[in-house]
Amino acid sequence: MTPYIRRAAVLLVVLLAALLVNAVRIQIIQAGPYDGNPANRRHDIARYGQPRGDILVGGRPVTGSTDSGQRLRHERTYTNGPLYAPVTGFASQVYGTTFLENAEDGVLSGTDPMLATVPLWNDLSRTRSSGGDVVTTVRAAAQRAAYEGLGGRKGAVAAIDPSTGEILALVSSPSYDPGRLSGSGRKAADAWASLNAAKDKPMLNRAIRQTYPPGSTFKVVTAAAALDSGTVTDVDARTDSPDPYRLPGASTSLSNEVEGCADASLRYAFEWSCNTVFARLGVTTGARRMTRTAEGFGFNDSGVRIPSGVARSNFDTSPDKARLALSSIGQYNTRATPLQMAMVSAAVANGGSVPSPRLVERTATAGGTTVRQSGSRSLRQAMSAGTAARLRELMVDVVEGGTGRSAAIPGAQVGGKTGTAQHGVDNAGTPYAWFVSWAQAATDTVPAVAVAVVVEDASAVREDISGGGSAAPIARAVMRAVLKS
Amino acid sequence: MTGTTGTAKAAEPTPAARLPRRRGTELALTVVAVLLCVLGYFDVGLTLHGVPPPGAAVYGAGLGVLALLAHLAVRWRAPYADPLLLPIGVLLNGLGLVLIYRLDLATPDDEAAPAQLVWSTIGVAFFIAVVVLLRDHRSLQRYAYLSMVAALALMIVPIFFPAVNGARIWVRAGGFSIQPGEFAKVLLAVFFASYLAANRHALAFAGRRIWLLRLPTGRILGPIVAIWLFSVGVLVLERDLGTSLLFFGLFVIVLYVATGRTGWVAVGLVLAAVGAFAAGSLEPHVNGRVEDWLHPLASIDAGRGPNQLAQSLFAFAAGGLLGTGLGAGHSVLIGFATKSDFILATAGEELGLAGLLALFLLYALLVERGYRTGLALRDPFGKLLAIGLASIVALQVFVIAGGVMGLIPLTGMAMPFLAQGGSSVVTNWIIVALLIRLSDSARRQPGEWAADPPGARNTRAPGPGAPAGLAGGGGPA
Repeated sequence: MTPYIRRAAVLLVVLLAALLVNAVRIQIIQAGPYDGNPANRRHDIARYGQPRGDILVGGRPVTGSTDSGQRLRHERTYTNGPLYAPVTGFASQVYGTTFLENAEDGVLSGTDPMLATVPLWNDLSRTRSSGGDVVTTVRAAAQRAAYEGLGGRKGAVAAIDPSTGEILALVSSPSYDPGRLSGSGRKAADAWASLNAAKDKPMLNRAIRQTYPPGSTFKVVTAAAALDSGTVTDVDARTDSPDPYRLPGASTSLSNEVEGCADASLRYAFEWSCNTVFARLGVTTGARRMTRTAEGFGFNDSGVRIPSGVARSNFDTSPDKARLALSSIGQYNTRATPLQMAMVSAAVANGGSVPSPRLVERTATAGGTTVRQSGSRSLRQAMSAGTAARLRELMVDVVEGGTGRSAAIPGAQVGGKTGTAQHGVDNAGTPYAWFVSWAQAATDTVPAVAVAVVVEDASAVREDISGGGSAAPIARAVMRAVLKS
Repeated sequence: MTGTTGTAKAAEPTPAARLPRRRGTELALTVVAVLLCVLGYFDVGLTLHGVPPPGAAVYGAGLGVLALLAHLAVRWRAPYADPLLLPIGVLLNGLGLVLIYRLDLATPDDEAAPAQLVWSTIGVAFFIAVVVLLRDHRSLQRYAYLSMVAALALMIVPIFFPAVNGARIWVRAGGFSIQPGEFAKVLLAVFFASYLAANRHALAFAGRRIWLLRLPTGRILGPIVAIWLFSVGVLVLERDLGTSLLFFGLFVIVLYVATGRTGWVAVGLVLAAVGAFAAGSLEPHVNGRVEDWLHPLASIDAGRGPNQLAQSLFAFAAGGLLGTGLGAGHSVLIGFATKSDFILATAGEELGLAGLLALFLLYALLVERGYRTGLALRDPFGKLLAIGLASIVALQVFVIAGGVMGLIPLTGMAMPFLAQGGSSVVTNWIIVALLIRLSDSARRQPGEWAADPPGARNTRAPGPGAPAGLAGGGGPA
């Protein structure tokens, strides 16, 4: 029997060899595709296996982490969730991440290779670094002032430091608590469903992801284009502006809400927001110059990142004069995000150059060592410094004696521009109240803050919902908060 | 046959030389095996909780005492036994306990480690009982037909109990559940060895020649084919195709070793192929397994998420070369059979390719010691029994490991010693005990047989007063 036993043993050796070869095949050769399969939950488990790093406002974390003991263990918590939701976004086991949670996910979840103290060590040791922190540029007081100013009304506020582009406040209202979406249980699913179904769209980040017709606040851009191009050389000279103004090549006419706009000077027209003057001014300046200036401020740019993507603000480049006239007063299909309008205001305050907006000051390891520092850089020069200086003057006039008086702050120089944008079929919708402004403390050499505020649904009569009435007080509160801090 | 005799003679030591007993080696290896398991147990606790696991002392002491008792039994009653068999059994069983304990921590509602420890204790008790009570393996020949009847009965019983996860292989009573088919394996191995030892010449040389194949007479072949068909039929009814495949392989190997007829292997392979094709294309349960094997990721593409096999492959892939470390893997994602059929995936993920290869080599070593015992033994029954028992282990490892690693279609089976399952652990301890007993006989000097005059073994009946049984070939007539 011995030779047969030996031959049977050979058969078993063949089986053993097949097992060994197959083990090498799965564990080494084909391991990559299996590991990378989206249905393989190991990456998710590792991702939530450690607490996420924090997002800091004013040196204090506005996020936290709780150990749920579930398979996707650590769930995100938020202190003042609704207040900071437009900044942080949410980080959910099921629904992914948004805004800073998304844009800085590598640092927060610990996968960013820069977090490792020794390069490539994590790959070798199969460990991931502890989640790093994201230090934001947001000022808690300004954020709170903006949020409380909106008081639950639909709207948004964006405030930036004109010289650095640091975003000091970013508020969208009504808001929601992103913590409700943490975890993988039934509660998160219910919250997701109800938040998505909500009529007020609380998860919409109105400050950077929603565009509105900017209305009269766009007149800052039109004025800049007119002054820069030389169409207007003297802000106090009377212009050749009929009232009402018949749109070129169309049968409709524009009129004004205020008196004295016929042939008014640029100063008067800016101060009292004469539609006729600015519509005509846009046409005189020409589509090419208007477009160039608008794009200099950041319109028509879909690549703005703070680091989350910002919705593209639109200025129509069509040479149709009637449309250009409407576009020049922020109507037709001119649209802007609140952040874009804050950039417009900041450019005026900053000598004409538009700062690149940014929300992250720096990222750091869990131990506090800086991983990346974000430097300020100028986006582009939207207008000459001289034009900026004259616009500053005009904006100050608005606050000191025009439509924006409710934004005035004692002991500070404040410039502003109101806006009331009509929209809807036959302008039937409730107008949007706008206010863009900047403020400079008497003791400072440069303006400290530029703000844009939009209020969507003030349930007031039309006259009262002008930018000066609804939006300017919010802007003032934000500016005061920044100046005081 | 001349070759056989020659080799056997060469392997046989001269009566003057005394084989070393190697009990010290066995003890040392057993201690190493226990320490390795305790180390693994600590590793799990430290990885998952940062502190030594609770009950570490109880676990270590329990495993140590079991191993020591088994060793003492071997030292007492089987002093010449192969010194590798017991340490391998202890190491595999201990590693299985570590893996199950580790998986228990991930499934707090479903603790299996305590029960597995109890079953291991029962298994070692059976081991000791077999080593102590079975003085001479040849006495088992007497019970060949009893073994067969018992095996068939054990296989039929679960039909009267409800199916669990699609297979009717369980008997449940008062919280306990056993898989009688597991024990049937050993009994069938005893029957096959006994019957074939008695009838191998008739099977090899008698009968009509048809084309290239010489068929033995129906009188000789009839009973064995009938038994085999019956057992396979029962298993197909119970939908336990893994065990069916195992019996089939066992039958073919032992038949081949007994008769040396390559034709049997050919017939076996053809039958296996036909059976596999028929089952794979006709039986929906098996057909599904074949489909899963061919396209393990199909359920993901269909949007139903990964199935068990895909999860198992993910686990192996996650292990890579060195593994994640005990406790740091996620093989619980596999689902309900993680601790039983799929336990190898946990080993693959947490111990890596290195650990997996080590495990396979441990099994290979166990089988190799069994085959070596088969070679060294002088009585045909002993040879066939050793080969049969070792082949059970080898085939079972191949079927289940190949299944969970996507080499062959998946059939439910327990990884010997490693997997959760009382019947399986007890059966494997009995197999190791029988191999110990057989290797003790193989390595004994002819003069050292307790109840046997020297040189009389091959012609005489085994024990004093024992009837010739089937050894003389008169049994089945």
